[in-house]
Amino acid sequence: MFQALANPQRFMAFSRWAAPLLAVIAAGLLSWGLWLSFSAPEDYQQGATVRLMFIHVPAAYMAMFCYACLGAASLMGLVFRHVLADAAARACAPLGAGFTALALITGMLWGRPMWGTWWVWDARVTSVLVLFLFYIGYMALQAAIDDETRATRASGILALVGLINLPIVKFSVDWWNTLHQPASVFRKGGPSLPPEFLWPLGVMALAYMALFGALWLVRIRAEVWRKRAQSLALQAAG
Amino acid sequence: MSMTGLDYAKYAIFIWPAVAVTAAVLAWMVTDSLLRARYWQKKVQALEAERARPGAKPAP
Amino acid sequence: MSGLWILFRRELGQTWGRGGGPVLALTFFACVATLLPLAVGASPARLGSVAPGAAWLALALASLLSLERLFERDFEDGTLDLLALGPAPLEAVALAKGLAQWLANGAPLALLAPVVAVALGAGLSLVPMIFISALIGGLGLSFTGGIGAALSLGSRRGGVLIAVIVLPLFAPPVIFGAGVIDAYASGLDWRPALGFLSAYSLAALALGPLAMAAACRNALS
Repeated sequence: MFQALANPQRFMAFSRWAAPLLAVIAAGLLSWGLWLSFSAPEDYQQGATVRLMFIHVPAAYMAMFCYACLGAASLMGLVFRHVLADAAARACAPLGAGFTALALITGMLWGRPMWGTWWVWDARVTSVLVLFLFYIGYMALQAAIDDETRATRASGILALVGLINLPIVKFSVDWWNTLHQPASVFRKGGPSLPPEFLWPLGVMALAYMALFGALWLVRIRAEVWRKRAQSLALQAAG
Repeated sequence: MSMTGLDYAKYAIFIWPAVAVTAAVLAWMVTDSLLRARYWQKKVQALEAERARPGAKPAP
Repeated sequence: MSGLWILFRRELGQTWGRGGGPVLALTFFACVATLLPLAVGASPARLGSVAPGAAWLALALASLLSLERLFERDFEDGTLDLLALGPAPLEAVALAKGLAQWLANGAPLALLAPVVAVALGAGLSLVPMIFISALIGGLGLSFTGGIGAALSLGSRRGGVLIAVIVLPLFAPPVIFGAGVIDAYASGLDWRPALGFLSAYSLAALALGPLAMAAACRNALS
């Protein structure tokens, strides 16, 4: 599938209908998910704030998923030197940063009623914050180098360094957490969610994912056009 | 940690801002992506029209 | 091997000799340590509890300082081009640069770290542990920081950019480094933390040159 799409023209033809299709799917899933979230019964422990989970947890998933996409696109761009992979990496970062910011903000709004404080230096919270800083660093590096290809390659290397580093950060922060906060504020109950919460969570996660897919395609299209406009402008000037 | 006994209204000041922030960020992501794509698409079309204009410099 | 040695000697001479060598980083370290009591209050109980952590934080910040010139100097005067064309792979050049950076900056900072921590109120019994953790961690900081230095080559704003890129990457060594001292001070088993710190530094030593060389090639292309 990647090989077929590596041709920019074929990609443009594909994304022309794939992006709207994903957008429609995202809109459908989002309305279904929202309806499920607000018709879900209140949690006996968390009360109505359990509804925050349905918009917070998918954002946190997407924060990590987008970074994985960014890393994969950067790897493709560095190894195969492909324009489209470079465009995909560039297009991915702002979306990922948006989802990460969303995860942090909704997390704070969930933390206040649940833990009585806006911010907890919990392992998970801290890891997501570091992830957010990674996104910012990626975009800052890209913006600071004038030559575009070089900027994308440099930030691609940084994305890969981050990809190796993120598990280490996660591990170190988990370890640090056991050192400083023996009693975790999170309930460490794995998949103990009852189905009436699992459904809205799953649907919302899929909705976010479809939305990201649609927007990613749109932004890659924008990048392809931008490249085309730049080369046309150069030709006109030369 | 149990917060039972507190009514929905008490939580509303946390839930609705979170929903609003989510809606705002998602809406920003949608509009920014669409506007960006449209801007560059228009730009490409304008440049191509320029090039196709009779009397324009032929493409190298 | 002798080529690598020559490179290393050259790097060491440049890092140590030019522009005051490690003095600037050491002074910066001392300045941060001076501002800390002024910011959080001079009460010994409060200072003492944050002293080892604050020393590690200041260490991470101070090790950022000299990074900007690590590749930039050679990049600007064309030496990096020559090195890229030379017989030694750029990975070896990056390794030599990282090691020289560690010896010329990390080691003096590691010597100062216990002094700073004690001045802030850490117990004398912590001195060896602070030195060891700062020395081992400094290796990781040098090689991780070198990646940021190489990546920001040819960018419009070197220093701040390096800090923004590199500081999130410094999270693990800071956690493990301060963790060693924390565990040691509270009588817990400090060996896991020191093991993690050493593992991080060795991984940075092994992988850092690859990323640095790739970044240099990209900047030279």
